Amino acid sequence: MSLPEALRRRPWVGWVLCAVALALLPFLVEAGLGRTWVRILDFALLYLMLALGLNIVVGFAGLLDLGYIAFYAVGAYLWALLASPQFDLHLPFWLLLPLGALVAGVFGLLLGAPTLRLRGDYLAIVTLGFGEIIRIFLNNLGAPINITNGPQGIAGIDPLRLGDWSFGRTQHLLGVALPATHLHYYGFLVLALGTMFVCIRLQDSRIGRAWAAIREDEVAAQASGINTRNVKLLAFSLGASFGGVAGGLFASLQGFVSPESFSLLESVSVLCMVVLGGMGHVAGVVLGALMLSILPEALRHVAGPLQQKLFGQVLVDPESLRLLLFGLSLVLVMLVRPEGLWPSPLRRPEKQSDEATAAD
Amino acid sequence: MLVRAHLSIFLQQVLNGLVLGSVYGLVALGYTMVYGILGLINFAHGEVVMVGALCALSAMTALQGSGLPGFAVVLLALLLAVLACMALGLAIERIAYRPLRRAPRLAPLITAIGISILLQNLAMILWGRQYHSFPPLLPVHTLHFGGASISTVQLAIILVSGALMAGLLLLVHLSSLGRAMRATAENPQVAGLMGVNVDRIIAVTFAIGSGLAAVAGVLVSANYSVAHYYMGFLLGLKAFTAAVLGGIGNLAGAMVGGVLLGLIESIGAGYLGDLTDGFLGSNYQDVFAFLVLIIVLVLRPRGLLGERVAERA
Repeated sequence: MSLPEALRRRPWVGWVLCAVALALLPFLVEAGLGRTWVRILDFALLYLMLALGLNIVVGFAGLLDLGYIAFYAVGAYLWALLASPQFDLHLPFWLLLPLGALVAGVFGLLLGAPTLRLRGDYLAIVTLGFGEIIRIFLNNLGAPINITNGPQGIAGIDPLRLGDWSFGRTQHLLGVALPATHLHYYGFLVLALGTMFVCIRLQDSRIGRAWAAIREDEVAAQASGINTRNVKLLAFSLGASFGGVAGGLFASLQGFVSPESFSLLESVSVLCMVVLGGMGHVAGVVLGALMLSILPEALRHVAGPLQQKLFGQVLVDPESLRLLLFGLSLVLVMLVRPEGLWPSPLRRPEKQSDEATAAD
Repeated sequence: MLVRAHLSIFLQQVLNGLVLGSVYGLVALGYTMVYGILGLINFAHGEVVMVGALCALSAMTALQGSGLPGFAVVLLALLLAVLACMALGLAIERIAYRPLRRAPRLAPLITAIGISILLQNLAMILWGRQYHSFPPLLPVHTLHFGGASISTVQLAIILVSGALMAGLLLLVHLSSLGRAMRATAENPQVAGLMGVNVDRIIAVTFAIGSGLAAVAGVLVSANYSVAHYYMGFLLGLKAFTAAVLGGIGNLAGAMVGGVLLGLIESIGAGYLGDLTDGFLGSNYQDVFAFLVLIIVLVLRPRGLLGERVAERA
């Protein structure tokens, strides 16, 4: 019996295989590429959560948000302030995670309430401005009262901790040594899968359909009895709270936060993950997030040595080469596939009917 | 006596604001023209400003030892920068925007962001990360009046921007090219039916906007006497704010918005420390632009001089 046939008869076999592969992944990656790459995987999972959160706002509800990283920053700084030597507070994670979601969600409401009357591009610029304002405040709230420690950032942040089990140290489970990077991988994997599950369920829910209606035609949605203001606010604050949770996890993984981690380029990167993957399509967004967080890292590791080999010296700084190719690939992918790499199968018929009406 | 000192500080802030604002206005014109015709935020516009400044800088450094008089070198460098930026603007339009005119609305925005990142890093590779100082080719004098002072460079900035804005207004409202531009902004399909070559008009719009951006880049770097690969980003953002403040799509609005934003920034930053008893200082200057943007969009989304913004799905 061949493998595909076995899969068709027993669909759970596929799930088990996937689970085993995901569980073994950090060990394989460490053996093949080294521990740095497990850390890159951790970050990829964080970006995955961020991109899924932004996908709620941009992909589901069709509201363009260019300041999304601000919510990530709010979550990260909340964790950093409440679990570090900065104020000598060390709250546990089960309090911090919901709190981060809540506070970021409230920030989402604050931003959303006055701006939701605006359309498309205007909304994009306001959210962009909001993101910059948050960053400037983080940068300057070091004096005269030291809250955020200014551009130096906050260091010594507590790692994720389950009871006595700290994710910051190597732990032993059933005789297997699990270093911090692996522990974070498993923790983030569980949360990322949870996020994906929530997103898929949301999309198929009553709210998800309301979002789709607003995205396609706001006036018609309103005429069909959807309270567009509340539903849009919900999208904004839900997306923001996802970002807040991811931000908190980022602070705990990194152990350090500073304003420069939350620049506009980060917002743009997350948006690009959503758009390149395929807006509104959870699987597409997952693909986009993994690609854009792993490929540039691979390039960073390859570009330097390759130039050394070809030209005998490093001609172009790998970091700027990475960004250069990032910009170039954004342009190319949009030119070739404006709908994203893996667009939602649902949106295709919608678009075709659009074109049909346009042709009339 | 005290009142006098306060007055001269205020006058100085107003002058600084005017200088800053006229540069914002020049850049804002580029945003507003493109938005008026295509309904697209040309995110790469700030980067064009940066390329203009750096091109002019390279030209000046190259020509510095050629024995030409300083004035001629500056003019030649300016001309080169304008030409380079026009070519760049045309290329951006051709490569990143024209193929996507019928694509979903987010697609050209993403290519614009892509072009912006691309240009920034290309500039970083070509010109390096460091700040470049402008060679001192022309003698700079400082004029004093009423307790405030203004340098000849700053005076030139205000005069050149004013002249360019006036020229653009004349072009758009009096020439046949301008009429075609206004028709295209009103309705590209109908303009096409009336015999306007829409593609050409859009290309011309990009070329004019980029040329103005090049001049703005040279002016702003002459003012601070530095140029840098990252200088376009914040400048572009603020210029866009100025365009929105004045009413996007409206040329006079872009100029009014630019000058107003410059004044708000420089007066606001100048007095913020006194108002909040030193709690918030002038390091919050950049917040003003965004606060203004948010307030305008919430209270009057069409901007000061704009017409009613059509709801577009």
